[in-house]
Formats: sequence, C-alpha cells, structure tokens
Amino acid sequence: MSEKKVRLKVRRQDSAEAKGTQRWEEFDVPWKPQMNVISALMEVQKNPVTATGSKTTPVVWEASCLEEVCGACTMLVNGKVRQSCTALVDQLAPDGQTITLEPMSKFPLVRDLIVDRSRMFEALKRVHAWIELDGSHELGPGPRQSQENQEEAYPLSRCMTCGCCLEACPQINESSAFIGPHAISQVRLFNLHPSGKMHATDRLTTLMDEGGIGDCGKAMTCQEVCPKEIPLVDSIAQVSRAVTKQLLFGWLMR
Amino acid sequence: MVAKKSVRSASGKVRRVIVVGGGLAGLTTVMKLCEAGVAVDLFSLVPVKRSHSVCAQGGINASVNTKGEGDSPQVHLEETVYGGDFLANQPPVRGMTEAAPGIVFMLDRMGVTFNRTPEGLLDFRRFGGTLFHRTAFAGATTGQQLLYALDEQVRRYETLNVEDDQGVSIPGEKRVRKFEFWDFLSLVLDDNGIARGIVAQDLKSMDVKAFAGDAVCLATGGPGIVFGRSTNSVINTGTAAAAVYQQGACYANGEFIQVHPTAIPGADKLRLISESARGEGGRVWVPRDPNEKRPGKDVPESERDYFLEAKYPGYKNLVPRDIASRELFRKCFHDKRGVFNRRSLKNENEVYLDVTHLPKDTLRKKLAGILEIYEKFVGEDPYENPMRVFPAVHYSMGGLWVDFERSASGSLVMGSPRNHATNIAGLYAAGEVDYQYHGANRLGANSLLSCIYAGMVAGPAIATYVKNLPNSSYDMPASMLEKAETRERSKYETILKMDGPENPYQVHAELGEMMLVDCTIERHNPTLDGVLAKIEELTDRANNVNVLDTSSKSNQAAQFTRHMFNMLALARVIAQGARNRDESRGAHFKPAFPERNDPEWLRTTLAIHRPGDDNHHGIQYVRSLDYEVGGQRVHVTDGVDTSLVRPRPRKYEQAGAASTAATNV
Repeated sequence: MSEKKVRLKVRRQDSAEAKGTQRWEEFDVPWKPQMNVISALMEVQKNPVTATGSKTTPVVWEASCLEEVCGACTMLVNGKVRQSCTALVDQLAPDGQTITLEPMSKFPLVRDLIVDRSRMFEALKRVHAWIELDGSHELGPGPRQSQENQEEAYPLSRCMTCGCCLEACPQINESSAFIGPHAISQVRLFNLHPSGKMHATDRLTTLMDEGGIGDCGKAMTCQEVCPKEIPLVDSIAQVSRAVTKQLLFGWLMR
Repeated sequence: MVAKKSVRSASGKVRRVIVVGGGLAGLTTVMKLCEAGVAVDLFSLVPVKRSHSVCAQGGINASVNTKGEGDSPQVHLEETVYGGDFLANQPPVRGMTEAAPGIVFMLDRMGVTFNRTPEGLLDFRRFGGTLFHRTAFAGATTGQQLLYALDEQVRRYETLNVEDDQGVSIPGEKRVRKFEFWDFLSLVLDDNGIARGIVAQDLKSMDVKAFAGDAVCLATGGPGIVFGRSTNSVINTGTAAAAVYQQGACYANGEFIQVHPTAIPGADKLRLISESARGEGGRVWVPRDPNEKRPGKDVPESERDYFLEAKYPGYKNLVPRDIASRELFRKCFHDKRGVFNRRSLKNENEVYLDVTHLPKDTLRKKLAGILEIYEKFVGEDPYENPMRVFPAVHYSMGGLWVDFERSASGSLVMGSPRNHATNIAGLYAAGEVDYQYHGANRLGANSLLSCIYAGMVAGPAIATYVKNLPNSSYDMPASMLEKAETRERSKYETILKMDGPENPYQVHAELGEMMLVDCTIERHNPTLDGVLAKIEELTDRANNVNVLDTSSKSNQAAQFTRHMFNMLALARVIAQGARNRDESRGAHFKPAFPERNDPEWLRTTLAIHRPGDDNHHGIQYVRSLDYEVGGQRVHVTDGVDTSLVRPRPRKYEQAGAASTAATNV
C-alpha cells in the first residue's frame, strides 16, 4: 500500500551549547487533507523515526494559537521566514517536494526550531510601548477618536512580536544594536493615540540613541515579510521624520 | 514582629503573590495587585503576549447603550443568566454586568483600537443571545488587542521598582517579575493545607524549582485540548487546574463544555469563525436539495434553507451557541444535510456561513481578521463564497470552584477575601479556569468580559487576604519549599525513566477523539459509561508510555507526558459529571432526558478528587463545602443563588424572551 507521504527536512541542534549536534533529519509523515507544517510535525511526535528508519527524539518547536495571531511558531520554511501554522503542505509541496524547516537565524538558538526572542520584548520596554495610565479605576469614557485615526492605528496594533521583520532585516546582525522595525512601529502606534501623544517625545527620544532609528538601512525587507502586512516602511519613515523634527526643533519647544 | 501589612516579610524579603497564567484574567489580576502595592511573580507557559486570549475575535460585552436601544446592565444580567440556563450564581453576574461599561472605558483609555462611530464614540455590534448592540470590538481580533493592552500595562510594571513602606524604591526588586516558558507543577502547601507557593519547571533548562508566594492565583485558562482538536491553543491542556484539583481544590460544573457552532474543520485545530460574522448579518444555511452539487454561491436564494431563521424567528442566526450547535449537528448528522464539498467530492458535515451579501467595505472594516483566517487556511475567498463551517469545542463553563461574598444589593463585596477564593486557603482562580459567570452556557463576547472582571475582583480579594495573613510564606522554614521541590523533581525523573511501548501523543490523540465524538453536543449514558471505561484503559496505557526524549533541554515530550496524565484526570471529571447529570441544561444535552430538571439539578456539580475511590473513578461529588479563608470559616452548598432573576424555561423562538426588563427592542 503506497500511502501519500509528506517529506520534512528539519535542521536540528540539541541545545545552544551543543554545536556538535547540529544536523539535518528527514521525516516521512502520512499526508492528511488541509495539512499544515505544524500538523506534519505533530505526526513526527507520534512516530519519532527518521525517513531512513532511525529512532530519534521528537522535533521541538514553539506553537500556541495555530491560526497566525500569537506569533509563536515563526521559523524558516523553505528558507522563507513565516509562521508555520499557515504554511500549508499542499501549497508548499503539491507534488510531494521536500519541505525544509530551520530555526530563525537572527536570534539565539535554544533547541531545534526554538529560538530566544526576548530581545523583542525588551525593545518594547525601551520605547515605552504603553499608555501612561493613571489607574484602572473608573474614570469615565476614553478620549474620542476619529474613524480615520482608528483605521490607521488598528493595523499597527496587530503586531504579534513574531520576529519575521527582524529576521529579514539586514541591519539585524552581530555588529549592530538596531532595535528592529517592530518597536519603531509601536512608537508610531502609541504616538497616534490621543493620550499616548502626551508622551510622544519620551518615545522618540528612546530612538535617538545607539541602535535607534538611525540604524535603519532602508532595505525595506521588513514589510515584505510581515505576515500581518503592517506598513512598517511607512511607520519607520513617519517616526524618522518625527525624530528628526524633535532633534532639530525640540529645544525650541521646551 | 513586623506589621502584617508591610511590603517585607519578618525576615526582610519582599513579599510577593504568584499569578500563574498571563492571559486577560492573569494580567488584570497582576495589574490590580500592583495598584494595591503588592509585588507579583508572574508565571506563564509562553510569553504572555502569546496567551490564548489572543484568539478571541468578536468583542467584549458592555451595556453602554449608545445606540438608543434602552440597554442596561440589568438587561445584560438577565440575558446572561437566561442564556446560561440559570446555573450561574447571580450576584457575580450582576457585579460583572454593572462593571462592564467601566471596563470597556478602561480598555479604551489603555489604547485598544476599538472601532468607532462617525462621532468618534465606541461602536457596538450584535452578538448571540441578545437583540441589543452591546459588543465593543476592534476589527475581528478583539482578544488580541485587549491582551496586548494589558500586556503593555504589565510590562510598564516590570520596569518599576517595588516601594517599601515609606515609599522608597527598593533597587533590583521589580513590581512584576515574569517567568515565561515555565510550567506549573503543583502548589506548595503548609502543614495546615494553606497554599504557600508553587513548584514550577523552566521549560528551557528543565530545572524544577519551588517559589514562595503569600498567595497563588491560577489564571490558566480552559482545558480544550482534552478534546484533542478544538478552537483552543495547544497550550490549553488544563494542566494547572488538574494539578490543584488533585491536591484538593474542588472542580465545579466540569461537564459544561461549550461547543461553538462555526469553526473551520482542520487536521491540527478547528479554527473559529467568530459569532460576529452573524452579528454583522451573516446567515447560516444549507441547500434545500441534499443532492445539490453546485458551489454555494451558485445556489439561488429560493433553494436555500436558512434553518436557524426558520426555527428561531425571535433571535434567528444569533441564538445562543448551545442551541445553534445542536441545530447544526442535527442538520448534518441526523438529517444528513451537510453540504457537498468540491474537494472531497462528497457531502461533508459542514454548513454554509454566508457573509457574501454584506457590503465589502463593512466586511473589511469589521470582520477582516476572521475572513483572512478562512482565506489562509481554506484557500477560498469568503467575500465571494459562503464559508463552510462545523461546530467545535470552544470553552469550558466549568472550572475550579470559587467563592464570592454577596453584597446587600445583590452584587459582590469588593475586596472580600472570599471572592474568587478556591477551597484551598491562599489559592485563587480567575478567568476561564474558574466556573463562576456563565452557568450552563456562555453568551458570546462575555468571556473577555468575565476574564477581565474576574481579575478586577480577584486582585483586590488577594490583596486583602495577603494583608491579613498572620505569617508570611517568606518566613516559613526553608524545608517546606525544599520538600515540595524534591517531590516534584522525583516525579519528573520518574517520567524521564518511562520506557514502555506506548506513545504519549498517540494516547492523547485517542482520548481527544473519543471525548470529541462521545462527550460533546449529544450525550448518552451508555456511551458515557464507555467513555469512562476507556479513560481507565487509556490511563493504564499512559502508565506504559515511552517518554521519547530524555534530554535536559526543552524536553517537550516529557512535559507533554505530564500534561497527558493531567488531561486524563480532567477528562474523568468532565465525563463523570456528564454521566451523573440526568437532565438537559445549556450545553449539556441528553436526548434521553430532554428537559431541564430544576427540582433535582438546579445545583452546582462539585467534584473532589478521592484517589482510590473506585466507585466513581476516584471522584467524590459533594453537596457542600467547608473551607477557611482569612480566619473565617465558610460553609457553602451546591445551591445556586437565583435571587435576582427567577428561573424560567428558555424560548428563543420569541424576540425579547431573554429579558423581561428589555422594553425597547
């Protein structure tokens, strides 16, 4: 009986330190309708045996929502950075081609397909990506906002901190401290909000230092890979103008 | 002795509360604790920004009444308890509906990108079980936006130092310390059975470590993964709830599992298509002709059977989820009217959810998030083609039993240490993991509200509890933590040594498949007996699994093996609860007992773990509980407080039946 199979080729490494364990492993898993890369990896868990018949450990990866809203399952699928939950097997390998899976390369490796993305959350601290709330007690309705403002802000608020934009950005490398496109776009988001605006200068100032907006090389690859199609290039341009304005004329406004 | 209310313990350590889980309920609890001057250690399986709350789509209910419809918190209360088939204690529901407008305003102040009216006010849409526009929304990704707003507020507290009793900041002691990628293993209980901390495992290094905490709050979400594939995230195994249940916490109404009517069938998960699709005017139908082979969009209007609208002219496509799911199930399974699938070339158990008649601009502005999910996973354009959907396990109304203190006005006494307290002193629960607000069936867009409200209530309750605690957990002998840590480490080592023939993922897959087929929309006692027998058989097999991975870094297989055991424990509670309850109420439907039976079953199911009691699979169902909190002895029964809205049969055929207070619908 020749059951239809899916061939996965997975880059593995047992831990950050164990560089010697870096290897490729291939797996043949039974095909199912509507299968995505995650359900293929789940089949490996049920039968952790390589295509050549050697027993191995199940592949480890990060996942949570499986519907591309949590950002957890980002990896390189056939060399392209994306969420693996929306990576559908029938689209990637209509004729049974091998599907290659690798961890993102711009973050420290943890194990197999898991990397450490904590720098992205630290970046959100640095740029004060929040509203300075007086408290959660009742203070009546929030400020009114135009539909236009909401329509500009909403796409920005869908950033999942998934890491695609950093992975694709040539400025993210070992010799650069660049904060990354995601954090800059969050500055735009909070500086749009009627009360967030009140602290716009603080946020802009955080982007003037080393690793700030000046380190963007305008390669524009971030926007191409963003799974939520966030206008990152536009965000960087807008925030960049605001930072320049602040640098040139900020002292006048004091 | 150091004053009880001090920030530091007698031994000089900063006193903290442990919150487990960083979804809406957990983050709100953290925020409220911080505002009360209590420092927090926050544990989560994943970076909190990836919690399951992110999946909520449609919106959050609040009777702000800006549409001139005469909506009010009273109507919201009545419709919520009516939708829940009167199984919810009503004072917490009243507290929630009264707080709702304030909660939505708070979220708006935090920067949630809610949709707006032309005047710049919050916009509201319709949802199930009501005729009012009561649901605030941010596109169709409301849960994501709400989670992020709270995540941002908690991140702000991560950057701020704890202040001592004189208001001087303590360097190096942040108000919130996050422990992300940590798995909850168990409570640390002292000799009096009081929760004094937790044992958790670092999922990267696999280190097992005990942490002291003056109180513990579980906000760990629901157990959807017990059913294998569901709309839930893969992290929702219910493992933490199962662990404390096995340490003595009471689990309430476990048998009430919500099945959402509209999800996309899939191999790894059943992806939700929000009720907001129907709230904005989406319609559910099947072709009148069961042999219809044309694509949905080519079937003429006159040949479509809008079966929900026909049977429930009062609420139409927006009947509550339990009712809608049963109707969809009946159409597909009993009437064999599932629609023809052009890929599999046969009739599948699917119906059409159609939004193609709505203006494209409305769809883009209000529903893009869900339509994008459909397009990405099904590969069809839902703007042009009716979507194909089927019911999926979605939410647990049941969960850890928690208490409340009723105020004279029939709401809650804010700050009472009884609110959201479990029957283990010092252990609190908030969010989907608690059983409190939804009775036998939850209304759409009430879950985001109940999660946040639970946090708003639990935070002050815990702050009161901690401030009155006679001796801090940080002053207990070190041996208490060491003992708990040693116990859990040895359990983990036992798992690492498992080398039997069974595969834990396979055992779980079989459990999930059975629970999904036999223990959801329609329940039959002989089948449930089979389910319980099979759970025992699966438990035997679980005891003979191979751990598959013995490595010391990111060992997901060993972690999953532990979760598998905990899922089996919860599956028993769910199935035995369903077996016992011989009536039909809300999401629990037994064709052999089709009526609601208030004289016998208007009561909360209270399950207590009793290992070794083989009569009921190690579960004792009790009619009352005695527990102690803050020096107060509390006796509660399984009776339901229905003092605010008198129980009556549900009749969604009639418009306005859900609320007697509604005058202008």
